[in-house]
Amino acid sequence: MSGHSNYEPKTGFERWLDTRLPIVRLAYDSVIDFPTPKNLNYWWTFGGILAVCLGIQIVTGIVLAMHYVPHVDHAFNSVERIMRDVNYGWLVRYMHSNGASMFFIAVYIHMFRGLYYGSYKAPREVLWILGCVIYLLMMATAFMGYVLPWGQMSFHGAVVITNLFGALPLVGESITTWLWGGFAVDNPTLNRFFSLHFLLPFMIAGVVILHIWALHVPGNGNPTGVNVKSKEDTVPFHPYYTVKDGFAISVFLLMFAVFVFFQPNALGDAVNYVPANPLVTPAHIVPEWYFLPFYAILRAVPDKLAGVLLMFGAIAMLFVLPWLDTSKVRSMRYRPTAKLYFGIFVLACLVLGYCGGRLPDDHVIGNLSTFQLLDADLNSMVWLSRVAAAYYFAYFLVVLPILGLTETPLPQPESISAPVLPANAPAGAAASPEKRG
Amino acid sequence: MADTVVGANPDPHASGEDPNRRDFIHIAAAVMAVGAVGALAWPFIDQMNPAGDTLALASVEFDLTKVEAGQQVTIKWRGKPLFIRNRTGKEIAEAIKDDTADLRDPQTDEERHKPGKAQWLILIGTCTHLGCVPTFGGGDYGGWFCPCHGSHYDTSGRIRKGPAPKNLAVPDYAFLSDTKVKVG
Repeated sequence: MSGHSNYEPKTGFERWLDTRLPIVRLAYDSVIDFPTPKNLNYWWTFGGILAVCLGIQIVTGIVLAMHYVPHVDHAFNSVERIMRDVNYGWLVRYMHSNGASMFFIAVYIHMFRGLYYGSYKAPREVLWILGCVIYLLMMATAFMGYVLPWGQMSFHGAVVITNLFGALPLVGESITTWLWGGFAVDNPTLNRFFSLHFLLPFMIAGVVILHIWALHVPGNGNPTGVNVKSKEDTVPFHPYYTVKDGFAISVFLLMFAVFVFFQPNALGDAVNYVPANPLVTPAHIVPEWYFLPFYAILRAVPDKLAGVLLMFGAIAMLFVLPWLDTSKVRSMRYRPTAKLYFGIFVLACLVLGYCGGRLPDDHVIGNLSTFQLLDADLNSMVWLSRVAAAYYFAYFLVVLPILGLTETPLPQPESISAPVLPANAPAGAAASPEKRG
Repeated sequence: MADTVVGANPDPHASGEDPNRRDFIHIAAAVMAVGAVGALAWPFIDQMNPAGDTLALASVEFDLTKVEAGQQVTIKWRGKPLFIRNRTGKEIAEAIKDDTADLRDPQTDEERHKPGKAQWLILIGTCTHLGCVPTFGGGDYGGWFCPCHGSHYDTSGRIRKGPAPKNLAVPDYAFLSDTKVKVG
């Protein structure tokens, strides 16, 4: 996609087609000949893994839509019918429900990869923002998909999430009524969620195309963060990265299969196998694991509007990140101090996820009794969430802006090839292993 | 040193082996991938076949006392109409008389009902042409007439005129008692 093309049509038909619709040229330039840095590690395989995840979700989702009934009286039973009566329905549904979790595992690794290696920095800001858009769409899709089985968690999750918008001043109530199509989450809500849950994956696929387009303009980043300087720094995408991605996808699918076939409900909540009852909320209501960090941020704030704003703000941080990080050094491989703060950031995200899955008043340390600080016991999930949430925001708003100006980075290599070259060796030889077969 | 490195570049086929070990890995990996996709394709095809609950509802029982002589009752069986016709003596006689007529799909009336139960004619009510539901008592032969493309069936449900190729189909059924049948 970036300018020069090495494609040469080999057959008469390809020449004929190339002058009319150069689709073979596009595929050749994008996935065969595309020059890719030769030092990509396995953290770079998650883009391909995510493409596979999206494909699996769309295919299994279309199958499920053939059997699912989006009506409050039939939704739960139609899902059980898929599990019991539809041929291989159990397999297709477990692929879809676990596929959502696999999708989020992969996307979180992909995002942390980007954070660590500075993938959001110039000239890849638009690429990064498109990724954030995909992530937002994924969250909306996953949330609405979780509502469809119409179990207790589905229903009350939908109630809680739609009520978030009720926190907005003035327009809040009108917006929730509009979202519901009534005075509460009910059949109209289920119908529209089904419709949108079907639509959004195709919007994701569209933004993925833009994401890849934006990727192919500057080309891939790489673990050193140093720009590609010459042809010696790259190898063609095929076979080097088709095979590497293919291997990573195979390993990922093995893990996926372990969940589907041996632990299909490990990542879900048993309460969602109880049919929705608008009159009783389950004692312990939690979102799916991939939303827990944001749920913890929401609960950490003792004010409805502020909680909602902070929760959305946590995602907004990602969108403006390219302009918050002041460091000119892309890869944290050469930023030892930033690496430390990044490690704490990952820990903070995990802690937030842990807190989100527990009750707010649960003790962090077993039987230790401490004192009341403001509105809650110091030894509670609420305070742990507050500490972790504070660090989450501080990482974006304080650490990255200031650290880029104050830290002393390690010297960066002159080129991608330089770090692996033995001293005094001629550059051309070791720098092009592909020529040695 | 650079010269030795360049010179060490082995042609994949230089060893004389053909196919060599690298070809074997390529072929084995491709075969595994194709096999996996193929194995995964079957569940995605089979899910469109009738589900367990659909198959479980594949047979119905019917009380024949609801049908007066000369009448027909239509019930739904496997999503299709099922004709249960209580034939009069005159209709049976006409059907037997036509056993020797020039039939497109030759069958005797005897073959179209259970032994000793000539009055009960049980047929799948979809025209063998393109699946419309023929109307009772219509057509030139007093059996059924299909409004879609004009097929005429006689009082034994045999095709006599029009585009349909076959007689109206007789489903698998059995008399549970004199007044009760089980279809399917």
